[in-house]
Order: sequence, then structure tokens, then C-alpha cells
Amino acid sequence: MSLLTIEGLTKDYPGVRANDGVSLSIAPGEIHALLGENGAGKSTLVKMIYGLVRPDAGRMTLDGRPYAPAGPAAARAAGIAMVFQHFSLFEALSVAENIALGLGPATPMRGLARRIAEVSAAYGLPLDPDRAVGTLSAGERQRVEIVRCLLQGPRLLIMDEPTSVLTPGEVETLFATLRRLAAEGVAVLYISHKLEEIRALCDRATILRGGRVVATCDPRTQTARSLAEMMVGAVLAPPARAGRAGTRTLLELRGLTLPAPGRFGTPLSDISLTLREGEILGIGGVAGNGQEELLAALSGERRAGPGQILLAGTDIGPLGPEARRGLGLCTAPEERLGHAAAPDMTLVENALISGLVRMRLARAGIIRWGAAAEFARAIVAAFDVRCAGVDHAARSLSGGNLQKFVIGREILQRPAVLAVNQPSWGVDAAAAAAIRRALVDLAASGTGVLVISQDLDELMEISTGFAALVGGRLSAVRSTAGLTVDEIGLMLGGAAEGGDDAAA
Amino acid sequence: MLRLEPRPEPSRAMQALTPLAAVLLTLLLGGLLFAALGKDPVAAMRVIFVDPLLDGYSRTELLVKGTPLVLIALGLSFGFRAGVWNIGAEGQFIMGALAAGAVALAFHDVPGLWLLPLMALAGILAGLGWALIPAILKTRFNASEILVSLMLVYVAEQFLIAMVSGPLRDPQGFNFPLSRNFHDSALLPLVLEGSRVHLGVPVTLIAVALAAFVSRRHLFGFRSRLLGEAPRAAAFAGVEAGRMTVICLALSGAAAGLAGMFEAAGPAGQLAPSLPVGYGFTAIIVAFLGRLDPLGILLAGAVMALTYVGGEQAQYVLGIPAAANETFRGMLLFALLAVNLLVHYRLRLVRRAR
Amino acid sequence: MDLAALDPLLLLASLLAAATPLIWAAMGELVVERSGVLNLGVEGMMIIGAIAGFAAAVATASPALGFLAAAAAGAALALLFGLLTQILLANQVATGLALTMFGLGLAALIGQPYSGIKPPPATRLAGQIDVMVPLGLALAGAVWWFLARSRPGLILRAVGENHDAAHALGYPVVAIRLAAIAFGGACAGLGGAHLSLVRVPQWTEGMTAGAGWIALAIVVFASWRPARVVLGAWLFGGVTILQLNLQALGLGIGSAWMSMAPYLMTILVLVLISAGRSRAALGAPACLGRVFDASG
Repeated sequence: MSLLTIEGLTKDYPGVRANDGVSLSIAPGEIHALLGENGAGKSTLVKMIYGLVRPDAGRMTLDGRPYAPAGPAAARAAGIAMVFQHFSLFEALSVAENIALGLGPATPMRGLARRIAEVSAAYGLPLDPDRAVGTLSAGERQRVEIVRCLLQGPRLLIMDEPTSVLTPGEVETLFATLRRLAAEGVAVLYISHKLEEIRALCDRATILRGGRVVATCDPRTQTARSLAEMMVGAVLAPPARAGRAGTRTLLELRGLTLPAPGRFGTPLSDISLTLREGEILGIGGVAGNGQEELLAALSGERRAGPGQILLAGTDIGPLGPEARRGLGLCTAPEERLGHAAAPDMTLVENALISGLVRMRLARAGIIRWGAAAEFARAIVAAFDVRCAGVDHAARSLSGGNLQKFVIGREILQRPAVLAVNQPSWGVDAAAAAAIRRALVDLAASGTGVLVISQDLDELMEISTGFAALVGGRLSAVRSTAGLTVDEIGLMLGGAAEGGDDAAA
Repeated sequence: MLRLEPRPEPSRAMQALTPLAAVLLTLLLGGLLFAALGKDPVAAMRVIFVDPLLDGYSRTELLVKGTPLVLIALGLSFGFRAGVWNIGAEGQFIMGALAAGAVALAFHDVPGLWLLPLMALAGILAGLGWALIPAILKTRFNASEILVSLMLVYVAEQFLIAMVSGPLRDPQGFNFPLSRNFHDSALLPLVLEGSRVHLGVPVTLIAVALAAFVSRRHLFGFRSRLLGEAPRAAAFAGVEAGRMTVICLALSGAAAGLAGMFEAAGPAGQLAPSLPVGYGFTAIIVAFLGRLDPLGILLAGAVMALTYVGGEQAQYVLGIPAAANETFRGMLLFALLAVNLLVHYRLRLVRRAR
Repeated sequence: MDLAALDPLLLLASLLAAATPLIWAAMGELVVERSGVLNLGVEGMMIIGAIAGFAAAVATASPALGFLAAAAAGAALALLFGLLTQILLANQVATGLALTMFGLGLAALIGQPYSGIKPPPATRLAGQIDVMVPLGLALAGAVWWFLARSRPGLILRAVGENHDAAHALGYPVVAIRLAAIAFGGACAGLGGAHLSLVRVPQWTEGMTAGAGWIALAIVVFASWRPARVVLGAWLFGGVTILQLNLQALGLGIGSAWMSMAPYLMTILVLVLISAGRSRAALGAPACLGRVFDASG
């Protein structure tokens, strides 16, 4: 017996068919994985199920009856709830207000706090209804979303990449909650590209590639490698690891401390590290623990106190981004569109954004547009950036290609030190592999590379050293050789306790 | 049904075409407005938009009216591109005129060739200083430059009245709140005989060329654009938002102050409460209609000057009130903002989804 | 100097009356801004309300119908802003400026036959106090209750905080904002009509003289909280009354100098309230002024 059946769903966006005749069925009490690379069409599919997007063709049935939700409210009324990857929460509002917004208009505000307390106690998801959501950690925010869903008594719970923001410990708690829900008869549609998780949690998996269903299987009988090959459609070759670190210290942080940038930012406290030539230092941790703030402190967007940041022995703490680039420190922030690149500007103009100083793209304030165009074309050629030409807007590139451009722009400047945040976030496997390869090659040429990433597999693959950033504090650096997943979990967990103290 | 579809990148063709479309749309709407006023819309349009081009004197008047509009709009354009909203150019214009006038009146008895440059300097500094108030309050105290610069327009208007009713009043003026007429050496030389076209006109044309160069080739032009389009990318690039705010406001204030000096030492020839006629506000429309591009602003300034010259004619010939022209200019900005959508989106005819 | 002219009760009454147009306009704008929209066209909507209310009251000899017409005219102009910013996704700052310029021009145009005419007298409760004064205070109370206690108010705040999340939860962001914009326009129109029908009472071109901009500043001063809007409006009402009375006393200071007071006061208040704090820390809605685009 099937709870939700999908037949031949198709959705077109300008220039791309996001879903092409997708069919699947989910039974009550089943934890069903939806597996696929970024851009495989997972998000579009669940948005159609949740009523956010109307399919162009195909049909859905719920309990055997036709199901075509006019909007999320209709989907919720039909018993379908969803936890978004990027939380749909309101930072300035309280937990109780946030939850009330996700429930139907019939829900009285009175008594809601008590029901929140009941549900969160029953499922082991502690929450204070009166706290502003902006003050909560990523894990706590997810709890708000889950409790909001549970209060609706859903029959199908959709979870979009739920573990990308959780520590290993929090992942275990989440899995326990989901298993309990499944035992009570709730169906779970679990979207992820993390193969080990799916093997540990799910009963069935539907694998999407290029908008089509390419396989359906029992993930428990598959290996991570076989799942990956179904997902990517090719046999993957792991890149070579970086060479050995040299002895010369390039970058040194000495007790870097910065207050939180805004009401809901993370303060950096007493961060110390050294980065040597040829070294790739991986900094792991869940987003929202100071990654963005650390990169801003390195790029010079936020100035540090004197003596806190040294580049080859020179104090660069009080210097701005251009002066730091001039001395050899290049950076690439996480957000491609709007931060690393200006969306509506051309690739030439975007090349100028960070290439100005080192590539000498201006003389006496007059821009050398010819040289800038040449630099942009060099990036495009060296990093295989697929685009219609360097005179087109950054926004017109795909995520992977723009990321290659952004990383390539810094690498081609031959920096002494390169710091990147989430270098392969949200890009396809081929682009991610190319970016990692380029970082490894750069280190081999003597540059010190600092990689901040949530993707532990990525860090284990390319970095020589590893440290965890939790609550704005950095753990001691360990060599990645011989480092186990349990030890990493401990590093993330150990630092987390310190972070919680700081936040309380 | 019609559906909006985001373009992968801004359409350059539309960037050039939308101001034209906006003007045409405004002509249509303006025609309806005039018809509603009981005037013949075709005749009104001919008087406002065609007749001034046919008559020699009116053509020179276009230059006189267009000069302050273009000069102020040039200054504003860099700030608007950077997301710095100086909407108090009218106040900076007044302060520029006032300072230049004060210099002219102070040296009424000692005329000389050095007087005009000194007046221009006074006008520039006064406009710049008046604009630095919102700049400093913004960067030091985080106060909205929109509200502060606008409030200072009202203050400047009252200040002008206080000055021409008090210290700068013409002693032989029967107590009217007017200054005396400037001495000849405090008046801008005319560059076209038999017209009011003064030295400020060629100076403004040079300013257009200079601004075009800065906006296309100089780092300042690039940085102001970057700051407005992607503030975080600008911070990443190393553009300091606070410094840019101060520079943009100072630049627009200086331009407006110089325009005020041109007006006082040009067509006006004296200080009076009626000196400001809203050029500082209309220049905002000119800047947008010109797509914040110096050459575009030159064209837009010409169109807008028509509404001044032709609008005056329409008052005499057809009895169309001055307020109609003001309404007309508001409509133009509305129309421009409406059609601007087509730069970033395209309209698609789609069959209704099931 | 004749200090007897400064009867405290009379002063208080005229302060309340002077603050009323500001309370209406600022309270409307507060609701608009809490929904995440920055409408800088308050001045334009006020002056349209002033002339529409005046014309309708003269035509019907009923001040009540005048106020009704003012609310309708303000809302209509506001919806033009709504169409441009919410549906055609135009820049809110520029559109607000356009609204002000257009409103000032259109009001001057409509108002030509009306200068020098007396409007039908509005019913006074006592002295300068008409029914719009207590209604203005009631409006403040109602807006407070709506935002803090009601479910629609919660939804409106949610839309202002995070329009993408509100959209994801299925709330009609654009419709909610259009409703808020229309409400703000109606309130601004009523504030303008109070000027032309009760306070002055007559029609003169540009009679709002920046009151709409001061209302915008009051919203910032109030940190987007209704009770503080009332306080702010009283403060400005007080400054205006004080300045008028001092002018009447003839202290030998030119009237032009005294007329600067409300504007300088606005700047001072903005500086004091904003100093050292980010907009978020002041309590500004997180999505204030940002374009919401559901198609992307």
C-alpha cells in the first residue's frame, strides 16, 4: 500500500528540464531516500510535492486520491510537512511565533507553548518557546522546524539535506527521532547526497540524475561506492593528496579575537594557527560557527588588532583587502553570487574585483580594461570555465563554473597564501574535483592553503592538517594522516561545549 | 497569460531602449492628463515638445535650463550608482547660489576678473559643505542620508529667505526680500549673443566629458558601481563604503553648488527666494532617465529642459498650469521605473498551467 | 512680552492637534515598514489626501466625506507605488521619490481652483481638538494590538522579517504588502486632510511642507514601535507649536530662522537615535526595502 505515488512529473525552467517524467512511491512508515547531485532535480521534485511549484506534466496521488496542492497550505492540510535545507525561520521572532506561523490559522496562540513543550519532550528535542530564533544554533533551529512539522501531525515528512548543518552527535539524535516517527507510521522523504547516512537510515532510495530517475534500490544492500556511481554516472577517481609541507611559516594567527559582526553573528575568540608553505590546512565545522567571520578577518573585510595576523612575519591585522592581496594573501568567500562576485557585472569586471592589485589592472587610477579582459580570459581557459564569453554577466554562469572562475581568479594571482571557504559547496562533482585538484596543485607549488569546509570528506581528501572551528573557537591542529571519524567527532563535540558556554 | 521571466543577465538593448519607452509612455499618459484638463493633448504636446526646437531663442533657453539639470544629475549619478541617496541637491544648489551671491555682494565695490572664480569656489565649497552634513551624520552616527539631506533642503530655503530679508537685502529695495543686482564682473559672460547662454553651459559640457571618462575608465567609477550593485562584493574587493559615501555626497554637493553659482551669476543676476525652482529635484529624474550614465544624462537633461521651456510656453499659449508640468515629470519617473523591469525580466506569453 | 498668551491647557490642546497629522501618517508608514516595504512617498500621499479631502469636503459640504475621499486618494496613490514596487519590482527608494514628486504636482494641479476658499467647518470636540485627534490615538492602540497580539499582525511582521521564508510557508507576500501599502496610503491621506480641513484650514500649494518626511523620521525614531510613534509625534508637535508661539510673541528673531526648527529637530533626533547602532539593532525589519521576487 502506498501513501504518496508520483507518476511522470515533469517541470521545465527556461533552458533546463529540471524534472523529466519522475515517478516514485512512498509507503507509510518508510524512510525513503532521494539521492542525487546538486542540480539533479531533487529540490524541484520536493517543491512540487509541497505545493511550492506546479508541475508542467504528470500526476500525484495521496492515499489513492488525486493530489495537486495549490500551495504549501494545501500540502500541509493533506498531511505533508517539510523541513527546508535553508530554514524558513524568522530570526527576530520567538520560537513560539515561528512555530505558530507554520501551523494553520485555526491554531490558537494560547496553549501553543505547552504543546511545544510536550512535543519537544516526547521526541527529545528540547526548546525554549520564548527565545528569539536568531540566538539559536543551527541544530536548535532545525529542532524548531521539526517541532513545527510534528505539531501538524504529518503523515509524510520531507527533510531537505537535514544533516548539512549538524555535528555528528546531533545527526545521531536526528536519526533516532526519524526512526521513531517511522515506527509510528509516518513516512519520511529524506533528501541527501551523503551516502553513508542514507545507508545507515533509509529503507529505499530513488536516485536522480539530470532530472530523471536512474535507479531505485535498497541502500542497505549497496556500497557507498556503488551508490555514488549510480548518482554520478561515472567511475570516480580520487585525486592525489597534497605533497609535504615545507618549513617556512607563511601565515600565523596569534589569538585572533573579533566581536560578532551583527546581532546574530559569531564572535571569534582567541584563534591561533600557523600555516607553512605547501601545506593545506583544513578547518572543519558546521556552518554558523564562525567560518564566515574567520574568512572576513583573513580577507581584510574586517580588521583585526595589531599582531593578531602575520603574513610571512609582517603584521597585516590592520590592513584592508587590497593591501593584503598586495602582500600575497588572497581569499575566496563562500557565497559566490553577491560576495565573491557581483552578479550583474561581466566576468571582466569580476576579474578586476580581486585581481586589481596583483595583476596590475590599473595605472594611476585608470583601469586597463584590456589587461582585465586578458586576465579574465586566462582564468576561463586555465580552469575550463564554461561561459559564452568574458563579456557576460557572472549571474549567467552555472554554480560550478562560477565557482571555478572565483577560485581560479585567486589561484592565477599566485598568492603566497590562499584562504577559501566552502570551495565546492553546491557545485557538481566534476567541478568539485577540478577545484580540489587545483588547490592541491597550488599547494604543491609552495602556496599555503587554508580550506574552510563543512564537508569532512573533502577535507580528509585534500588537507594535510585538520582543526575544528566551533562557536568561534579553533581546536588544536591535528595531522589528517590517521585521523578517524570518531576523533573528528570528538574535536567538533569538544569544541562545541566551549562554544555553548560562550553563547549562554 | 503574461508571465515574468528573469533574464540570465541584464539586457543591454533594453537599458538603451527603456528611457525612450518611458518618454513615449509619459507622452501618452500626459496626453490623457491634458485631455482631462480640457486641453487639446496634441496641441499641448506640440507646444511643449516641438515648438521649443523650432524657435531659435527657445533652443538657447534649452541650454540655459538644461545646464543646472545636467550638472546636478552628473554629480548625483555616482552616488545613486553606489546606493548613496543624496536627495537634497536642491538644498546644496541653494547654498551654492547663496555663497556665490554673498561673495558677489561683498565685493560689489571692488570688481575684478578674480571675482567669478572666487564665486565659483564659494559655490562649490558651500554645496560640498552642505552635502558633507548628511555624509558625516551617516558615517559617524548612522543617520539616514535620505532624510537628513532632504530636511536640509527646507533649512536651506529658510536660510536663503533669512539672508535676503536680512544681511543681503538690497538697501534701496523698498524692504522686498531681494538682494541688489550683481555687478557686471559678478555675472557670467554670455557665449551666444542675443541669448542667455552663459559660460556655465560649456563648462557643463566639459563636466559631461570628464564624468564619462571617470565613469568608464577610472577606478572611482567602477567602485561606485560595484558598491551599489553588490555591497558585499565591494567590501571583498576592498572598497570602503564609508569613504565612498563621503566622496559621493561631497561630489554631488559640489556639482549642485556650482550649478547654484551658475544660476545666481547667470540667468538670475541677484539673490531672491524665488531662485530655486526645483532643479535639484528634477535632476534626480534626469539622472535616472539618463540611466546614471553621463552621456545619457546629457540627453535626458535636454528632454527635461523641454518640459521647462515648453511648459512655460504652454502656460502662456494654452493656459496649462505650471503644476501640470510638475505632474508630468513625476509621471516620467514612474514610467521609467515601470519599464525598467524589462532590463532584468522578459515578458512571456504562456499557456495557463493546469 | 505677553506670557499670558501661553496658557498651558491651550498649548497642550494645540500640541495634540499639531501632532495628529504626524501620528496618522507615521502610524500608516510604520505598518508599511513592518511588512518590509520602505515607502518614501508619504509626503506625496499626504498632500494628495489634503487636496482630495479638501475638494470633496467643499463639494459635499461634509468634512466626514472629505476625510473618506482623502483616505481613498491616499490609498490609490499608494497602490500605484505598490504596483511598481511589488509587481514590477522597481526600486523602492526611487519609486517613493517619484510618488512624492508626482503627488506634489498633481495636488497643485487639482488644487488650483481651491486656493482662498474656506472648507466646511469640522466638528470640534473642544477648542482645536476634533474627532481625528482621539481617533489618532485609538489608531496607535489598534496598530499596537494588531502587531503584537493578532495572528494577521504576526504574519505581517513575518513577511517583513523574511519574505522568502514567509513565501515558503505559503503566505501571499505580495498581497500582504499591497494591503499594508494601501493602509499606509489611507492613513497618510487622512493625516493630510487633517491639515487642510482642520489645522490650517484651507488649501495652499505645498502645505504639507515636509510633514511626510518628518513622519518617516518619526518611524525611525520610534524604532518601529507604535507607542513611540505617538511620543515622537508629540515631540514634533511640541516643537512646531513652540516655534509658532515664539514667532507670535515677536522675540525679534526672523520667522525664517524659527521655521527651520522642526527640520533641524528631525536631524537631531535621527542622529541621537541612530548613533552607534545598526538598523537591525534599532529594530528595523530585516527585509525593509528589499525586492521580493518569487519567480527566481
